[in-house]
Amino acid sequence: MALLEVDDVVVQFGGVTAVNEARFALDAGRVTGLIGPNGAGKTTCFNVITGLQKPTSGHVRYEGKDITSMQPHRRAKRGMARTFQRLEAFGSLTVRDNVRVALDIHYGLRGLLQRTPTSSVDSLLERVGIAEYAAERADSIPTGTARLLELARALAGEPKLLLLDEPSSGLDESETDDFGDLLRELAAEGRAVLMVEHDMDLVMTVCDEIHVLDFGHIIASGTPAEIRANRRVQEAYLGQADEEDHPSAVDETTVLDPVTTEIPAVR
Amino acid sequence: MSSLLSFTVLGIFTGAAYAIAASGLVLTYSTTRIFNVAHGAFGMVMAFVYWDFSQRQHIPAWISLGLVLLVVAPLVGLFVQRFVTRGLGDAPVSVSLVVTVGLFVGLIGLAQQIWPPAARSVPQFFNQAGFAIGSVFVTYHQLLTIFLSAMVAAGLFLLLNRTRVGTAMRASVDNPELLKLYGGQPGVVAALAWAIGTSLAALAGILLTPVIGLDYYDLTLLVINAYAAAMLGRLKSLPLTFAGAMTLGILQSYAVAYLPSSGDLSGMRAVIPTLFLFAVIILMPQAQLRVGQVKGIVSAPLPQVRRSLVVGAAVVVLVALLTLSLSSSDVLLAGTAATYAMVMLSLVLLTGYGGHVSLAQFTFAGVGALAWAKLDSPNLLGLFLAALIAGAVGALVALPVLRLTGLYLALSTLAFGVLMDKLVFQASFAFGFNGSMPAERLSLLGITVSDGGTYVLIMTIFFVAMAVGLLQLRRGRLGRILIAMRDSPAACGTLGLNMRWFRVALFGLSAGMAGLAGALFAGLRQTISATDFQLFASLPLLLIAVVCGVTSVTGAGIGGVFLMMLPVLQSNYPRLAGLAFVVIGFGAVALGRDPNGLANLLFALGRKLQDRLWPAVTDRMPALPSLPLPGLLNRGEEGQIGKHRHDDGPTWTDRLMDETQVVATEEVAGHGASRG
Repeated sequence: MALLEVDDVVVQFGGVTAVNEARFALDAGRVTGLIGPNGAGKTTCFNVITGLQKPTSGHVRYEGKDITSMQPHRRAKRGMARTFQRLEAFGSLTVRDNVRVALDIHYGLRGLLQRTPTSSVDSLLERVGIAEYAAERADSIPTGTARLLELARALAGEPKLLLLDEPSSGLDESETDDFGDLLRELAAEGRAVLMVEHDMDLVMTVCDEIHVLDFGHIIASGTPAEIRANRRVQEAYLGQADEEDHPSAVDETTVLDPVTTEIPAVR
Repeated sequence: MSSLLSFTVLGIFTGAAYAIAASGLVLTYSTTRIFNVAHGAFGMVMAFVYWDFSQRQHIPAWISLGLVLLVVAPLVGLFVQRFVTRGLGDAPVSVSLVVTVGLFVGLIGLAQQIWPPAARSVPQFFNQAGFAIGSVFVTYHQLLTIFLSAMVAAGLFLLLNRTRVGTAMRASVDNPELLKLYGGQPGVVAALAWAIGTSLAALAGILLTPVIGLDYYDLTLLVINAYAAAMLGRLKSLPLTFAGAMTLGILQSYAVAYLPSSGDLSGMRAVIPTLFLFAVIILMPQAQLRVGQVKGIVSAPLPQVRRSLVVGAAVVVLVALLTLSLSSSDVLLAGTAATYAMVMLSLVLLTGYGGHVSLAQFTFAGVGALAWAKLDSPNLLGLFLAALIAGAVGALVALPVLRLTGLYLALSTLAFGVLMDKLVFQASFAFGFNGSMPAERLSLLGITVSDGGTYVLIMTIFFVAMAVGLLQLRRGRLGRILIAMRDSPAACGTLGLNMRWFRVALFGLSAGMAGLAGALFAGLRQTISATDFQLFASLPLLLIAVVCGVTSVTGAGIGGVFLMMLPVLQSNYPRLAGLAFVVIGFGAVALGRDPNGLANLLFALGRKLQDRLWPAVTDRMPALPSLPLPGLLNRGEEGQIGKHRHDDGPTWTDRLMDETQVVATEEVAGHGASRG
């Protein structure tokens, strides 16, 4: 049985359909990528899974239980954690206190009786590689670091399912490599990881499986190799070849090998 | 039967006027996400302008009406949108509430300053003329009001559904960022909404003035009726808002007709809209956590324990010296300042740390005072019980709106304040109508503190103890969670925090602190009445707290002294009575975006002195090995104020601003590309 099942989820805002009958499943121990052009509905999917957005129709099942209308904090207690595309770090607390709050919340009333061990805060910061920023205020650190901080904070709850929304933007190349290794490690420990990401190198090297969203529809699912070869994916990203916005000047190699290029919609 | 009919006609008339006001409120809220607490105050000021035109300057009524509705009101609306409320919709709810409460108080002050209290009246349109249907007499004024509300409904429908700018308005209701993506101009939409909204407030004010009189407060507080109606439409739906307004108008009219006009229930008639508002708020569906709140709220520095103890002791010593030299009336004022400072401490917890707004903090102080007087056990246990009762009441107010957030919590405190004001405090079992109650002074270990100076000193010790306790709370686990909830509720929720009970506890604790202050105040005055805790006084309290710095206990201390001086100034310079409100109100409008207020300037000054002077002093001192710095001058743990930058370039909060722009253009490009 899959850890998480998203079942025909539809989300409509007014007249706009942000997610349209999305359907996919996540298994423990695997890294899954969710990619697609901007505005395809990726973040809305995350919000539905974590309970920040009620779907117009459809269901979300977690460990076999229908959690579609469960409050976000209850989902977190069951082992779900996420990071945000538009950062939600606690800006006026220090980096260390950000993680400490997450641990406090995780341990809840039990934690009130015993002190949160400083060692677990520090080891989380070290694990994501931002220990040197521990004493800084979270609104003064660079974007990439703040994203890693959100990851550390998410890990404080010992999640079974980790949802990462564009985790690598703001990281340089070597930091991204380290981050990829960390993701593999986290999955190897038995977690299911779902990642929205625009860095195709990272997605193609780290993910076991990829789902491609376009206009709220899942237009393709498969291994990185399958996605790379998929014609519809290339069209979704680059537009159809005969389109006026993208005259035939589009380099043929780009179309055939999106992996080596930056996706134009991103930067 | 005929009386039922005529009360129904009256109800439809008031309902129609409420509907006009409420639709303006909905229009501005839904297009700019700013809940305009001052909506009624705009209506009040415009009614005064109309009086000025039509009665003082003898401009014909119809021309005056046209001038106000089509020229003055829209211009004021545009001005306010352009210079006061622009960008406020993206700010935390607490900030936009404080700014519009500032407008509210400032406009009342302005009206009092321009049109000092005097007997004024505005006649009905058509001079009371009317016609009879059977035994029911309907004035043309009433008919006009009903007709105009129908016109407003039809006009808004056509505007929103049949015009381009109206479509843009509806789009910005659902998703302002999406509107930007598709090339809409939120600026134009917002300006238009505020111009029309202010005009509608003016129309409602002018139509109601002949009935309820030209009064600063009555007209302003009419807005609660508009809130209630607008809430039924969840601040979005205009048809539901109209339905709510009509229901409310008729209910109120029947209440006047059929509820007893004397006894403890006589207050019921005045609180129908408030009860309606409460009921609607309680029935609101679960609010969803909003992602993408504004970050980087700057917090006041958190001093070290030793330092806060030293400063606290210094304050106590200072007050002790002061009370020795004060006259007995001045001692009373000092005690009042201490009370206000303690109530402001409760706002530091609620608003400064927690990010929530209470519009009725004095009411909780009143509950504490009432409990103190009723319990009649003037010792520490009685004091504790009084605070506990106020705290429980505060928790009860937050309880029904457990599922809701910011705005609705604030509005329910307002509704609660009106209820207590009109229904409870003036009832015979409480202070009584225009009555007062005796209250004993606190006795410690069996010794009653009869000397005023000593009592004030004890109040000061309570203030310092509360302040030190608050700082200790802020340093600990609960304080961290409070700040985290303020900075990002969405992150707290997805980390597994059940914020509902936290919110209730926060309100309870804050109300308890205010209640303690109220109980001590009752002991100070030895006789208390309902007028000591009027709802309206809570608004200047909130504003002064924000202006002086609601994120620090220092700000609360300064604010307490300020608020105490306000009535003193007003009685010394009665001609400037309105001006004080203007200064506070518009001061809060100007400074409301930075809740650290004046206290922060003080801290910055202190640091500057320390950085410049202290090294100079130590340089000249003979070299003593490892001389410890005095605790008073040590920097706080979070000494840095403001966003300080990292060497790696702009911080993510800066980038967020840029990112939204970039994403906007990208998304358009992305969609264009893939649409084919």
